Amino acid sequence: MTATDTARTTPARALTPDRRRRDVASTVFVSVLWACLLVAALFLFYVLITIVVSGVSRLDANLITQAPSTIRPATAGVQPAIVGTLLVVGVTALIALPLGIAAAIYLEEYADPRRWFNRAIELNVQNLAAVPSIIFGILVLAFVVRAPLNFGAVALSGSIALALLILPVVIIATRESLRAVPREIRDGSLAVGATRWQTVWRQLLPAAVPGIATGSILALSRAVGEAAPLILVGATTFITFTPDGLFSRYTVMPVQIFNFALQSREAFIPLTYAAILLLIVILLALNGTAIVLRNRFARRW
Amino acid sequence: MVNPGKDQHMSPTSPPGTAQDTAGIHLAVGDRAPEQPRSAGAAMATENLHVYYGDFLAVRDVDLQFDDRRITALIGPSGCGKSTVLRCLNRMNDLVPGARVEGRVTYHGTDIYGPGVDEIEVRRRIGMVFQKPNPFPKSIYDNVAYGPRVTGAKDHLDDTVEQALRGAALWDEVKDKLKQNAYGLSGGQQQRLCIARAIATRPDVLLMDEPCSALDPIATSKIEDLMGELVQDFTIVIVTHNMQQAARVSHSTAFFTAQPDEHGDRVGTLVEFDRTLKIFEDPADKRTEDYISGKFG
Amino acid sequence: MAVTTAGRPRSSAGGSGRDLTPRSPRVGEKIIESLLAAAAGLSVLVTVGIIVALVVPLFTFFAHVSPIEFLTGTTWTASFGDKYSWDKDWGVLPLVSATFMATGIALAVAIPVGLGIAMFLSEYATTRARKVIKPVLELLAGIPTVVYGFLALTALTPILQPLLGIPNIYNLLVAGIVMGFMIVPTVASLSEDAMSAVPQALRSGSYALGANRRMTTLQVVFPAALSGIIAAIVLGLSRAVGETMILAVAGGNLARLTADPRDEAQTMTAFIAQIASGDAPQGSPVYYSLFAVGALLFVITLTINLISIRLVRRFRQVY
Repeated sequence: MTATDTARTTPARALTPDRRRRDVASTVFVSVLWACLLVAALFLFYVLITIVVSGVSRLDANLITQAPSTIRPATAGVQPAIVGTLLVVGVTALIALPLGIAAAIYLEEYADPRRWFNRAIELNVQNLAAVPSIIFGILVLAFVVRAPLNFGAVALSGSIALALLILPVVIIATRESLRAVPREIRDGSLAVGATRWQTVWRQLLPAAVPGIATGSILALSRAVGEAAPLILVGATTFITFTPDGLFSRYTVMPVQIFNFALQSREAFIPLTYAAILLLIVILLALNGTAIVLRNRFARRW
Repeated sequence: MVNPGKDQHMSPTSPPGTAQDTAGIHLAVGDRAPEQPRSAGAAMATENLHVYYGDFLAVRDVDLQFDDRRITALIGPSGCGKSTVLRCLNRMNDLVPGARVEGRVTYHGTDIYGPGVDEIEVRRRIGMVFQKPNPFPKSIYDNVAYGPRVTGAKDHLDDTVEQALRGAALWDEVKDKLKQNAYGLSGGQQQRLCIARAIATRPDVLLMDEPCSALDPIATSKIEDLMGELVQDFTIVIVTHNMQQAARVSHSTAFFTAQPDEHGDRVGTLVEFDRTLKIFEDPADKRTEDYISGKFG
Repeated sequence: MAVTTAGRPRSSAGGSGRDLTPRSPRVGEKIIESLLAAAAGLSVLVTVGIIVALVVPLFTFFAHVSPIEFLTGTTWTASFGDKYSWDKDWGVLPLVSATFMATGIALAVAIPVGLGIAMFLSEYATTRARKVIKPVLELLAGIPTVVYGFLALTALTPILQPLLGIPNIYNLLVAGIVMGFMIVPTVASLSEDAMSAVPQALRSGSYALGANRRMTTLQVVFPAALSGIIAAIVLGLSRAVGETMILAVAGGNLARLTADPRDEAQTMTAFIAQIASGDAPQGSPVYYSLFAVGALLFVITLTINLISIRLVRRFRQVY
């Protein structure tokens, strides 16, 4: 990155023969900026290394085939949580993606921003995106787990909580992708007599798919790592069986990790780190996919 | 909601004399226009047209007639409202939040802003070509076939596409690469593709919003030639900032300018509307004369 | 040039050629628009649902506890003793103060580090460097917070405990520091957006006066982007206030008013998590207190969010 450094001094070099004379304050300033970057990078490095070093010893077949056990932590696994995560997040995607994309299409392509209720929806989505995740747990606890829906602490309740949590993220990402499609494409389509929906379906969505996919994957990866709302909707029970449906009791990986942490027993630490390692690998894979999608299919208009 | 009462000419046949018109398209002003037989009537007209964006009056009191199968040019300095007027003619202004139209815009006597009129049908009758070529990120074939597909005219699609490409004088250049992406074409070819796309839905009127402003002189002259061909079948309204172009291609010309109103806001105003020859050789209004002679604008 | 063959359009269109009424009623279009609008409206329903869910239990809670005591009391003993007894101390200030202490520690880490990175990315880094650094940086925000909590508890605190004289394995300090790194990407990327949005003309003007890159960054770009930077910090603040898992795992579950960040102290979110993960029987006082604390948390974050949204709008309007 010394290129930037020389770029800064280039004009001076052309005029001043003494290249060794340097601006001390600038050097200090650039060093501080570098230090900030370095501190963050070192922290990330430390986190990842600790996880790998502490978890790799228990990264074995038992981890994904066995249920957690308080009696024999050395051979216990987190299979119910893995299955639970796949089930809960899968259903979350089925709920949140269609709703979020539909809402984004409405806000971006149909809604008149001068109408007060459209502005209210807009403000509302921005705010929801920053509401603490645990609040979504309270919402689902109050309406879904308990009356009126009374589903109880089951996988579907968890999916609903996560879906509502990532809904604003999906909406915002989809709107940005739609907004990136140039005005001329809309005009061209409407000018030959296409209806609004035909324009959306045949022109805008195909053009926006890479962006929507990227945003959706990132939103789902947030759902994969989320624990707080699920604590309120019943994922904390110490589950030793594999959930078998939407109305089964369940747990997910992050909540399982939380449970292990609550146990505060030395014997659980390697198992917990192994579970964390597995979770991080899943998340890295999701993030990597999103970045590749974004770079490969980014459309230049 | 047909409105046949006001429509004196319902004959779908081409009026006599159009062949000669197109032959003379390259000649200077005056060579062609005076000999022109009277048009069969107005395909479109505006009466008392005012356009607002929110509270801002963009264009005031425009009365124009667009003769059937003739080329009408809208000229004037930037900000004079000529493009705004054009976009009212197929209700593209509906898409601008806050845009509001007062007065009448008639298509063969029917007010296109009237009750029961569907803006989608309006745009199917009144096609549009834009300033910047705007092909879709699809194949050449799919670009042209898009209009027929969305309007449900999917029979004989291959024929429709070929006819439209021939009509836009592009067929010979692209017939072997119909499946290739339209973005591979040159700017001039892209613009002719957009014309092909517009005529593939068989509209009646073709609106062109500075169609050559993004093109080089050779591509421009091709489009101008093409307009001479197209006017046999279509009523054409063209917005142009290029006065020579207006003089070369159009039969009638409307000159707009931006006039300050009582609050000092600049409002688009129609200054003069007449046969192109008259506008360029003997304008009635001093402002037109100044603009044409380059003293202003 | 070939003779036009595209023509005779109207003859084929027949009698309806000039009919401008819709060819079909386009019912499908209207249904689709209603469905899309309903999906957008759902987000409003979510907010309404949150408010109802939080407010309704408040009536019961405040029937037993005076709002004044709740908001100004300095002792919180909700999780002690008989679950079914209202006879406890319901002063929420210990939870609020722990929340803001942890948030303060987090911001003390996130503001300098985040702004330094933002300035580097916006004013010094090459495009290629930016393309590598940004996704890596995003990883910091992508690691589940429960993982951060577990790391703070089992790896970081044992190292820092002797160095900083931390009395207990549970403490706000380490939890706050880790939370600070979690929100670094939020502060950095929004601040960078704000600085990148500063028009190039302002920088050129500064260079033309003989300023170097450091002076331009600090004296031209930074002030010009200030409202955007503040919005980024406010959003980071909102994240920290609402963060649950790091504090539930590493911050401890002792509700107490303390001025020493090295102490164990329970935040609002940690209290909610504690009650929810233990068994709080529906209808018990502690169950209602969960909603009261949740409502207060919602009001605090809502206020912060609205400030941040307004600030972002303002800085978007400037350029």
